[in-house]
Amino acid sequence: MPKKKIIAMLLAGGQGSRLGVLTKSMAKPAVPFGGKYRIIDFPLSNCVNSDIDTVGVLTQYEPLALNSYLGSGQPWDLDRMNGGVFVLPPYVSGSEGQWYSGTANAIYQNIQFIDQYDPEYVLILSGDHIYKMDYSKMLKFHEKKQADATIAVLTVPMEEASRFGIMKADADDRIIDFEEKPKHPKSNKASMGIYIFNWRTLRPYLVQDEADKSSEHDFGKNIIPKLLSDGAGLYAWSFSGYWKDVGTIKSLWEANMDLIGKTPEFRLADKDWRIYSKSQAMPPHYIGTDARVKNSLVSEGCVVYGSVETSVLFTGAHIGKGAVVKNSIVMPNAVIGDGAVINKAIIGEGAVIGANAKIGDERLPEDGEYDTKLTGDITLVANTVTVPADKRVPVGMIVK
Amino acid sequence: MENAFGLIYTGDASMELRELTFSRSVAAVPFGGRYRSIDFMLSNLVNTGIYNVGIIAQRNYHSLMDHLESGKEWDLHRKRDGLFILPPFVTHDNTGVYKGTVDAIRSCMGYIRRSSQRYVVLMGSHTIYNTTFNDMIKKHEESGADITVLYNVEENYDLSEQYDDLRLKFDANGRVTDLAINPRDSESKFCSCDAFVMEKTLLEYLVEDAYAHARYDFTNDVLVRNVKTLNVRGYEYKGYVARLNSINAYYRHNMALLDKAVTKDLFSHDHPIYTKVKDEFPASYVGDGRAVNSIVADGCVIEGTVENSILFRGVKIGRGAVVKNSIIMQAAEIGENASLNCVILDKGVAVGNNRTLSGYGTYPVVLRKGTKI
Repeated sequence: MPKKKIIAMLLAGGQGSRLGVLTKSMAKPAVPFGGKYRIIDFPLSNCVNSDIDTVGVLTQYEPLALNSYLGSGQPWDLDRMNGGVFVLPPYVSGSEGQWYSGTANAIYQNIQFIDQYDPEYVLILSGDHIYKMDYSKMLKFHEKKQADATIAVLTVPMEEASRFGIMKADADDRIIDFEEKPKHPKSNKASMGIYIFNWRTLRPYLVQDEADKSSEHDFGKNIIPKLLSDGAGLYAWSFSGYWKDVGTIKSLWEANMDLIGKTPEFRLADKDWRIYSKSQAMPPHYIGTDARVKNSLVSEGCVVYGSVETSVLFTGAHIGKGAVVKNSIVMPNAVIGDGAVINKAIIGEGAVIGANAKIGDERLPEDGEYDTKLTGDITLVANTVTVPADKRVPVGMIVK
Repeated sequence: MENAFGLIYTGDASMELRELTFSRSVAAVPFGGRYRSIDFMLSNLVNTGIYNVGIIAQRNYHSLMDHLESGKEWDLHRKRDGLFILPPFVTHDNTGVYKGTVDAIRSCMGYIRRSSQRYVVLMGSHTIYNTTFNDMIKKHEESGADITVLYNVEENYDLSEQYDDLRLKFDANGRVTDLAINPRDSESKFCSCDAFVMEKTLLEYLVEDAYAHARYDFTNDVLVRNVKTLNVRGYEYKGYVARLNSINAYYRHNMALLDKAVTKDLFSHDHPIYTKVKDEFPASYVGDGRAVNSIVADGCVIEGTVENSILFRGVKIGRGAVVKNSIIMQAAEIGENASLNCVILDKGVAVGNNRTLSGYGTYPVVLRKGTKI
């Protein structure tokens, strides 16, 4: 097999438990985003736009939706003679077999896959972030610094720093200190979970880490600190631009809202950096005579008879007559019945909201106690659920 | 998988579509917000289970080839069979310029002979509908017909729109007794949908026979001429048929998509219409931008008002602009406070700020590709 300079390994095994019912039957990277995309479209499109044509996608949790979505890789131009996109689930080898027990272990278990291409560099990505990044620029930096590993870093607000891997770098961008989720962060330069490694450097570390029974087999907790303590050349590549971890209901909602408007926080209308996705072969959307759409994104296959404001309508969504949808996300093929009112909610894929139902309605004493830990003030209706006509669903409730 | 292959003729003279076909064949004319005419023919074949399709290209086929590429969007990039684009070529007995459809079909005899299927579905490229041919092929076999013609009941009989208007008459047993092309009176409301099923060997024979007698038009010299000797039968299509045979018809059929029943007919869930994917972002309504009774494709950015209109992919409507009763093709840009009524703007047309353009429902203004105003 011809040698590759760089290949990407995309960690897509995450369950995304903080997304609640949205990830009940699909892994986080397969969650719909931005009207016609799924989360994984962003790292995949970044790869293709950065001239990386070989991507291993490591799956574990509920892989079916993701597998069938990726198919041959054709929508991303990743159906290649040499390279392309590969789904890599854990497997049994000889009599041994195990689940991926950590990010480093997942790569360790696919050493053979990587070795086939004998790459100089391996790019490690995660499948749960929304951003546009030119990895080729990061690679150039990596080569220039003659680094062993380069970590993409983002400046985050100090108060959020303890959620991330935090590093300190010298004037030459060389990392001198790295702490995974520190209680008292010393800087606000956060790891984005995007690494370029020299494969020759990383490979023995993965083998060594695997043998260490006390290790959690995690890049941030084990591999990076070990490399650092061994004096390897680790460099921080600063990224400035939109980047959002869509791991929670709130952040998923926010990131969708960030796409709306003339000068949105995150601009999809970028001809130089297209985000590719699998086409659903639907006709253009239709806006009815009495419909009112304001400040929103509307995708192909949508049919709108009601009123929509500051919302994102995904492929094939249907908004009935007199329905009012505000500050909400309506996922693919969901149906909002006539006269229904949807307020600050996420309506799951294929969910059906009955006529005159109220989603995200004011919380009343008779609603009793329910858990809003995952949702806050966002109301969530799970995929394919049917909400009966006239039903009230109060703020922050999850309908499953 | 049907035991048939498809052969689509895209060389129609198409002068009736004026500016829209200056730089493209009818098969490549944009339709319905994100499609081109040929998407319907190809999708109909693929949804039938026909994966061997030849496209006879003749005029202005660059735009068509650009659209079709390898055929992958229609699932036609195959090792066995797939999509074959058959452009004209010059050999010692072929001048490269076809004298007619017979000549065009004859020039791709090589492809026809190599096709392993028993039947051929022969189609034109300006009649749009959504169907599958499975039942038609079955009825063709059962009836023992030589040729089966797909037809529908077409009440519209406007002489000014007549183009390749093939009318059928039947006897009591359903056999076609008369075929008339562009008749001057409306004796029959049964109109051919420009799709014919026959055995491949019969097509070969009819084409060679016509050519040998210096007859070059398939409709006139083969179908109409032989209707008494061949067993020609009809198969009725009951859904919506859009014949793109004039600018007015083009305008009317696009506008018809605003009718839910028509859209349902043309874009069935079970038989999707496939087209080239452009990976545009979802349409964005910005500020006071709004649309009423309109079809809007991905990639549009709407800051003005759109009413009773069809917007293709990537159209920009400026602030304060008002677009009514119009068809705006891909990547056209409408400036601020511009006002448009009953216009058809081809791809990439730019209308400056404060410009006003207005046609009539019976005579829409057409601006050709790339026009700047």
